Amino acid sequence: MEKKIRVLVAKPGLDGHDRGAKVVARALRDAGFEVIYTGLRQTPEQIAEAALQEDVNVVAMSILSGAHPHLFPKVVDLVRNKNGMKDVLIIGGGVIPEGDIPALKEAGIAEVFTPGTPTSDVVDFIKANVKA
Amino acid sequence: MSNEKIQEELAKYQASVEKAIARFPEREHLPEQRLYTPLDIKDTDYADEISFPGVYPYTRGVQPTMYRGRFWTMRMYAGFSTAEESNKRYRYLIESGATGLSCAFDLPTQIGYDSTDPISEGEVGKVGVAIDSLADMEILFDQIDLGKVSTSMTINAPASVLLAMYIAVAEKQGVSADQLKGTIQNDILKEYAARGTYIFPPRPSMRLITNIFEYCSKNVPKWNTISISGYHIREAGSTAAQEIAFTIADGIAYVEAAIKAGLNVDDFAGRLSFFWNAHNNVLEEVAKFRASRRVWAKVMKERFKAEKPKSMMLRVHTQTAGSMLTAQQPNNNIVRVALQTAAAVMGGTQSLHTNSRDEALALPTEESVMIALRTQQIVAYESGLADVIDPLAGSYYVEAMTNKIEAEAWDYIKKIDEMGGAVAAIEKGYIQKEIQDSAYKWQMDVESGARTIVGVNKFQIEEEAPKNLLRVDASVGEKQKAKVEAMKAKRDNDAVKAALADLKTACQDENENLMPHILAAVKTYATLGEICGVMREVFGEYEAHVNL
Amino acid sequence: MDIAEELLQGNRLALSRAITAIENEYDEATEIMKKLYPHTGHAFVLGITGPPGAGKSTLTDRLARAYREQGKTVGIVAVDPTSPFTGGAILGDRIRMNGLTLDEGVFIRSMGTRGSLGGLSHKTADAVKAMDAFGKDVIFVETVGVGQSEVDIVKAADTTMVVLIPGMGDDIQAIKAGILEIGDLFCINKADHDGADKLVRELNMMLDLDSNMSDWRPPIQKVIASQGEGIEELIGYIEKHYAYIQGNGLLAERRTKRIRDEMLDILSSNIGRYIKGKIVDSGRLDGYVESIRKHETDPYTVVGDIMKEMLK
Repeated sequence: MEKKIRVLVAKPGLDGHDRGAKVVARALRDAGFEVIYTGLRQTPEQIAEAALQEDVNVVAMSILSGAHPHLFPKVVDLVRNKNGMKDVLIIGGGVIPEGDIPALKEAGIAEVFTPGTPTSDVVDFIKANVKA
Repeated sequence: MSNEKIQEELAKYQASVEKAIARFPEREHLPEQRLYTPLDIKDTDYADEISFPGVYPYTRGVQPTMYRGRFWTMRMYAGFSTAEESNKRYRYLIESGATGLSCAFDLPTQIGYDSTDPISEGEVGKVGVAIDSLADMEILFDQIDLGKVSTSMTINAPASVLLAMYIAVAEKQGVSADQLKGTIQNDILKEYAARGTYIFPPRPSMRLITNIFEYCSKNVPKWNTISISGYHIREAGSTAAQEIAFTIADGIAYVEAAIKAGLNVDDFAGRLSFFWNAHNNVLEEVAKFRASRRVWAKVMKERFKAEKPKSMMLRVHTQTAGSMLTAQQPNNNIVRVALQTAAAVMGGTQSLHTNSRDEALALPTEESVMIALRTQQIVAYESGLADVIDPLAGSYYVEAMTNKIEAEAWDYIKKIDEMGGAVAAIEKGYIQKEIQDSAYKWQMDVESGARTIVGVNKFQIEEEAPKNLLRVDASVGEKQKAKVEAMKAKRDNDAVKAALADLKTACQDENENLMPHILAAVKTYATLGEICGVMREVFGEYEAHVNL
Repeated sequence: MDIAEELLQGNRLALSRAITAIENEYDEATEIMKKLYPHTGHAFVLGITGPPGAGKSTLTDRLARAYREQGKTVGIVAVDPTSPFTGGAILGDRIRMNGLTLDEGVFIRSMGTRGSLGGLSHKTADAVKAMDAFGKDVIFVETVGVGQSEVDIVKAADTTMVVLIPGMGDDIQAIKAGILEIGDLFCINKADHDGADKLVRELNMMLDLDSNMSDWRPPIQKVIASQGEGIEELIGYIEKHYAYIQGNGLLAERRTKRIRDEMLDILSSNIGRYIKGKIVDSGRLDGYVESIRKHETDPYTVVGDIMKEMLK
């Protein structure tokens, strides 16, 4: 058997700052994961559908514009309820104020990684929490 | 001391410290030499390479007087939420002594979508102000005299539309276009390479840019028609040398496009301006500013045969590095910004935006913005750094570093030339890949501890969540939507339709300058989304090249 | 859920899970494939290969859109290399096809080459079958490069298209053997770049020199995928080739050969796995290695003994 953890790295919303997303994508690759990078300006619908077609274990999103309170929960809803993928680990990162994190977790974002987080923390978190 | 004698003494010195230094391996392996001497700049000719301020190749600065005349423009980038809110912030900044405005637009505006578009959901008013039509622009500059203020607008793909709106507002204020002062960023190439807010493919985008050059050279002569930006390339993770190399390569592409469109280089080159990042390594940054002026001057004189001195001068706006702000111990950012400010000033910038301490967490509060502005004022009035022109010239290290960055930049420019220029290099994904590789290396260095970021990977403390962050009112989107709908109900929709149809026809004719058509459309209160929609129909949309 | 059952009823998540089972070699994969097999054989399978940077994904995107306009449903299997050092992969083809994501008539699946290349062609073939059983009319298999492994992958295709671009320098010399063998048609992408005509000439020359040529002379079509230019003509050639192989029995021949290869493939991999399980997992291997190292015996004798024992 040749199992690999598959991760969708996605940029929902309109911001073009993908330095973080790309660095994380490479770090996940170097950790031995299969990474599907969606590129910029993905709608929650596109992200959920890509997650379904790719049957990923993890959806990792990055937003720097402040649109996370709106977009993160929407992706969670679509992946869980429309796709019926109950086990997918959904995580987020970017410029996200501490105060917003409880609501995001409440909405189903498993963890939120803020600026300065080492990529190894993301890798470790996925390894510890992925259901695969 | 003769060079031979210095060489001899240097060898003695090196031998004497070798052992002591080996005890500190992490300091031993820094990329720079530990000591610079006259030997490192022995081939640098003062007249050819350094010279005087205001004199080719402008290494020491573009004006003869620099800050002994007047200080740089202290320009604070601001804008969020609605036009009303941003207007309030602008007036506060002007009252606080800011000498120029700098408008930040929200992402839907930057990508040419109306606030009512479904894709804009969650983004309206977040990273800047939402501008849907001339109506919003009128509110944004309410009670601000456009004949007096100089305004910089961070707008790229739809720059033509926002500039047209600005001209139209001025007209209503009774200010004619030839009095307007300011800058539009209008640099699409770095959007493809680093910043991501592109709309159209390169060809029509380059056409829009040259249309603006041409229109402004005749009608808005004091306007800086482009701000060729390294800032975002650096933010995306490039090195200092890559920042200026890729940006100057972009600059070459714009000049070539304009010349190809039939413009005379000296008619537009004087209105080109640049935008640099002020990063953490103070001396390297100073060298970068100096090297960039030298490279651009040579490019303009030698490659493009520019004759007017103004065409050869690299005038630059600077912003301190947002990506170097840490979310940890945010007050430390005040110190970082102060050092970055020092670098930009010793580098000879023409204007400067200083970031606020809380920007790794959210948009800055008024208090944070005040500290950032005060930082500039302290450097200007108290530090003495602005008292002498190009104070680090002649430093063995800074001159050697200037030469090194220049050489690295030329290497990249040559490579990009061989690929067919910046547009081709971007389409190949070359520039993006180089930037990503540097970004990844930086991150890995931070994670391995090879690079220290205070408060992030060393000297950490337990912290409480920061309080008093600025929150954009969540109802902004709904309010703005309602405003657009109300405006649409009021305007003359037949006039809008006619103007958009006319714009479409103009888009289809490559030889037509689009600016007058856009200006006409804007005046009918056609929305940004409608205008960009027409252009999307004709021009198509850019598809990003990603090569991780 | 019963993956096969749900898949056949049109459940897209089931299709996705079936491909995961195939990729990960889950035990249930065999059962799933057994149930799907009777429903396969309807799709037209197009292999698309070429060197990195040739614009294959953009081209795939444009072809998929064109087929969608004809009302056909499309499946895409996009294969990208796995890093031999880390075992990870960036699967980046999808990004060029973002416009297709929300089209329910299109299903895109990215796969990494992972460890075993032999296993990969087998897995890709099964993923194609899963899409075929799902009811896709046209299935694209896109792979990077023209090495042996990729050649194996596109063998699962009815028609194979090789994508090249101008400005590859001498690369074309290096890959010509491989591409001449597998290309049913050639697509010169980025035809607005310098050197496109030269590339067409070189390719023509190579095709002229090829002595194994049947009565199908692989056509060469210039396209600019990013602008959609030449796509219609390209599809014309694809359909012409399909008609050609249908008409002269070559399609049946190819598919028969494919079944044969596949059977042998499954057989040998099953036997291999069985024997490996017996020898490696029981710890017997270490003992053999030790005796061979001490020159008490040799690998040939040991393998001979094992074979005798296993095939009794």
